[in-house]
Amino acid sequence: MTQPAIETHHLSRDYQLGSHIVHALKDVSIKVAKGEFVAVIGPSGSGKTTLMNLLGCLDSPTAGRYICDGIDTSHMDRDDLAKVRNQHIGFVFQSFNLLPRMTALENVEMPLIYASISADERHRRAMDALAKVGLEDRVSHLPTQLSGGQQQRVAIARALVNDPAILFADEPTGALDTKTSYEIMQLFQKLNDQGRTIIIVTHEAEIAAYAKRILTFRDGVIESDVAQNVKSKEQSA
Amino acid sequence: MNIMDSIIVALQALRANLLRSILTMLGIIIGVAAVVAMIAIGRGAETSITSFIQGLGSNVISVSPGSSRFGGVSGGAGSRPTLTLADAQAIRDEVNHVDVVAASSQTMAQLIAGPMNWRSTVTGGSSGIFEAREWELAAGRLFSEADQRGATKVAVIGMTVAENLFPGQNPVGKMMRVNRVPFRIVGVFAEKGSTAFGSDQDDVVYIPLSTAKQRLLGHGRLSGNRVGTITIKVSDAEWMDYVENETRYLLRLRHKLADGEEDDFIIRNLAQILKTSAETTRVLTLFLSAVAGVSLLVGGIGIMNIMLVSVTERTREIGLRMAVGARSRDILNQFLIEALALSLLGGAIGIVLGALISTTVAGLAGWPSVIPLQAVILAFSFAAFIGIFFGLFPAQRASRLDPIEALRHE
Repeated sequence: MTQPAIETHHLSRDYQLGSHIVHALKDVSIKVAKGEFVAVIGPSGSGKTTLMNLLGCLDSPTAGRYICDGIDTSHMDRDDLAKVRNQHIGFVFQSFNLLPRMTALENVEMPLIYASISADERHRRAMDALAKVGLEDRVSHLPTQLSGGQQQRVAIARALVNDPAILFADEPTGALDTKTSYEIMQLFQKLNDQGRTIIIVTHEAEIAAYAKRILTFRDGVIESDVAQNVKSKEQSA
Repeated sequence: MNIMDSIIVALQALRANLLRSILTMLGIIIGVAAVVAMIAIGRGAETSITSFIQGLGSNVISVSPGSSRFGGVSGGAGSRPTLTLADAQAIRDEVNHVDVVAASSQTMAQLIAGPMNWRSTVTGGSSGIFEAREWELAAGRLFSEADQRGATKVAVIGMTVAENLFPGQNPVGKMMRVNRVPFRIVGVFAEKGSTAFGSDQDDVVYIPLSTAKQRLLGHGRLSGNRVGTITIKVSDAEWMDYVENETRYLLRLRHKLADGEEDDFIIRNLAQILKTSAETTRVLTLFLSAVAGVSLLVGGIGIMNIMLVSVTERTREIGLRMAVGARSRDILNQFLIEALALSLLGGAIGIVLGALISTTVAGLAGWPSVIPLQAVILAFSFAAFIGIFFGLFPAQRASRLDPIEALRHE
């Protein structure tokens, strides 16, 4: 078996809040194999966002080790972490975070700029990524000319464009209506079927139901870790 | 991330907020335009003064009669005709380092040639006057020693006189009347142009001094041996002060002035005067450029201000760029290039604007339009420096943002 996509050993993250220390994440050890589709759920303050930031290499742990796609990130500096984010991780955010004055294509190309990829290659890969999310006919639209669901698809294309090992989605349907949410989740399922490792953070059971495995957090520790039967595509369609 | 992409990203950001970018550049545009215009106008004025000095003849000292004074009432310069041909001769004989000494007397006269007429200054000059005042011929000849001796009625005229009396014709050999006395024109001077102060140096008529005395000056204050001006050409610029002092000493002696008595003549070391005025112009230019430099500085602060606002406004964008893999350096570069682009573009527009302003001013003033390369380079590099200097702080602030905080920023 190949190495896991994600592997943490006794990961902890403390925050200094005024005079006392908040233990946002306590001694978390998890392993996510390649090709898994994991939903991280839990109430606010449970540590799921903290975990997401750590796994997404946006933050560094107070203690413990984190191996992302086979790379030990424990002692990396900001720039090394940026490189890991660029090469191995794709992000999808609740609020899309598209740059408003750039076209869909330009938005999708952006991560490739930081990978120093030539303009021609960027264009080709961005077109591919947009095709994967079904937006090949919207490439030169500005975000404001797109619906919420289409904007999130652009954001997903942007996350995919560097062919990352892991796709992180933080409340990806939080800003979408129910029907569009299901469409987006089906897109995630499709990408997962194609072998992409996906981790989403959500507080909606409906959304978590699309994942194959559910990690429940409470007070900075894993409360439960269960595999589940995937909500079928027909059911939601 | 390579530098071309950095530049493209920065330009995209500037284009995205076009109005603000232009307004931000305005400070730099005005600053650079002011610096370039000030230096160029100052340089133009200086050049024109220099050419005026050359027009007057280099290394020239002129002596003119002083003012009369009766019981404390001054008659003004020239009111007491104290200089004589003998004074000129004495200077020639007794002062060292003198190349040429020429005497001359001027009067205004009405010139008539056929149907045309014109009023101009007529100068009666002794031999050597052309050399002392550095006149060159465009056509014909100068008058000679023989003309001086014979007091012949010949004249050499300036271009302006020629154009007004003989439009479209060659005046050499033609006749004109000067206050009703007929003169034959034997030569035309090469053009000197106008002075820094706008007077036309080509509006002149030269005749032999002897002729002027006989025919034009009559019984006035410049009759007999008295002359209006003695022009001294010094052999080398370094002897100017020496010759000036020797001449003063000699003339005081000849005019029998007691110690403590005022000079009854005025010595003008023209080059000195004009050097001083060129110096004044230069200081003024420097001063105005410094003021313009302050406006550049203010422009720079404007850039910093807008860049800081921009960093705050685009915190989420910065967070996103970091999340997808931008390193601190990439963010730093982006904002630095934005600031630099603003200042350089502003600088370029400012240079063009400054050149336009100085050309217009030079055109109005009749100066040569000189836009010194060094002013352009100076203004441009100062603008670049300002872009980097004032862009660095906001750019560093952007590059040090925490991606998580930045993404959460509303």
